[in-house]
Amino acid sequence: MNYWEIFKKGIFEMNPIFRLALSLCPALAVTSNVFNALGMGFVVMFVITANNIVVSLVRDYVNPKVRVPVFITIIATIVTLTQLILEGYFPEVNKELGLYLELVVVFAIILARAEVFAMKNTVVPSFFDGLGMGVGFAVAMVFIGAVRELLGPGTFLGYQVLPASYDGPLIMILAPGAFLVIGLMIGMFNVIGEHQAKQAELKRRAATAAGLVVQRSEA
Amino acid sequence: MAEYFTLFMGAVIVNNFVLTRFLGLCIFFGVSKSLSASVGMGMAVSSILTVSSALAWVVYNFVLIPYNLVFLKIVVFVILIAGFVQFLEIVIKRFSPTLYDMWGIYLVLIATNCVVLGVPLINAAEGFNFMKSVVNAFGSGVGFAVAIILMASLREKLQYADVPKSLQGLGIAFILAGMLALSFLGFSGMIPL
Repeated sequence: MNYWEIFKKGIFEMNPIFRLALSLCPALAVTSNVFNALGMGFVVMFVITANNIVVSLVRDYVNPKVRVPVFITIIATIVTLTQLILEGYFPEVNKELGLYLELVVVFAIILARAEVFAMKNTVVPSFFDGLGMGVGFAVAMVFIGAVRELLGPGTFLGYQVLPASYDGPLIMILAPGAFLVIGLMIGMFNVIGEHQAKQAELKRRAATAAGLVVQRSEA
Repeated sequence: MAEYFTLFMGAVIVNNFVLTRFLGLCIFFGVSKSLSASVGMGMAVSSILTVSSALAWVVYNFVLIPYNLVFLKIVVFVILIAGFVQFLEIVIKRFSPTLYDMWGIYLVLIATNCVVLGVPLINAAEGFNFMKSVVNAFGSGVGFAVAIILMASLREKLQYADVPKSLQGLGIAFILAGMLALSFLGFSGMIPL
């Protein structure tokens, strides 16, 4: 598997939010606007990549029996670092993300990638795996944030996109809107996934049919 | 007394962790397929949340603050909670295998859960005293139990409904949670945090 494949799978076929349904808490909590979603996306991208690198470096020295506590300690350290950096240089982002920034520690996706990928691979593939998963997460976050911000106040990153007379349902930026939007999006991704599977199936059948024809003509 | 009651009711209904603050969703969606499992999970989360918040309060106020180590609170809380849950698992396995068969699986899930880490962090940020921390934690746990039991009851009923194929499973569960959150939105503002 080349690095591009490793990178790409996190964005589409194994998208952390829509396909794996991991780390859902932040996907709902900080996606009421695009800015927060983007901030959270970057934080997670950084933490997951850094954690994958560290885990792949220390994996030979960690006894498999105590790997989970070790991983969690590594993640908690990286998150603390991230928080201190944000607090120092981007206090605004830190304030917006608040508690959810600290809770990055227990995101299932980060621990899952350490366990599934970084524990078994060297540094470079682990880096691309982390980056791909992080980008997939960030893209999904921004996507949800964009839908909610457009339908709610009718803005994008704070700029008025829809006409000012647009009086969107307030509920989109409140808690229930988050659940509804993600529920419908998961449905949409399922439809796309099914369609792709069907196309692949048709292609495979066409290919086998062509193969049969070739075999017959050869016979 | 009234103050504690307000705090408790606020944590259970008005600021319900699952439906207004989106914590503990992995368990919420994962376990709410069956009602009996949800009851067990709700009880396990409430009790562990209460005890681990009390532990975290003691460590935060008697170790981290005096030694100026507040910036380490994430690392310390995570290790403390994971260690406590692991310890509990060993004890239960040793002394009550039947209880372990019932609850063992939940304990593993709880060890790294947002609610269980989130509540001690909130308690620390709000500067609650010991009693308030425990009441807040217990209320949050009960709130989680209420939400997951309601959700499981709804999902069991849902089995008789004709759901579009693409929404089956997680999709419709989210929409259902949205409806539930909508009804809890009616309580918002009743008790300001």
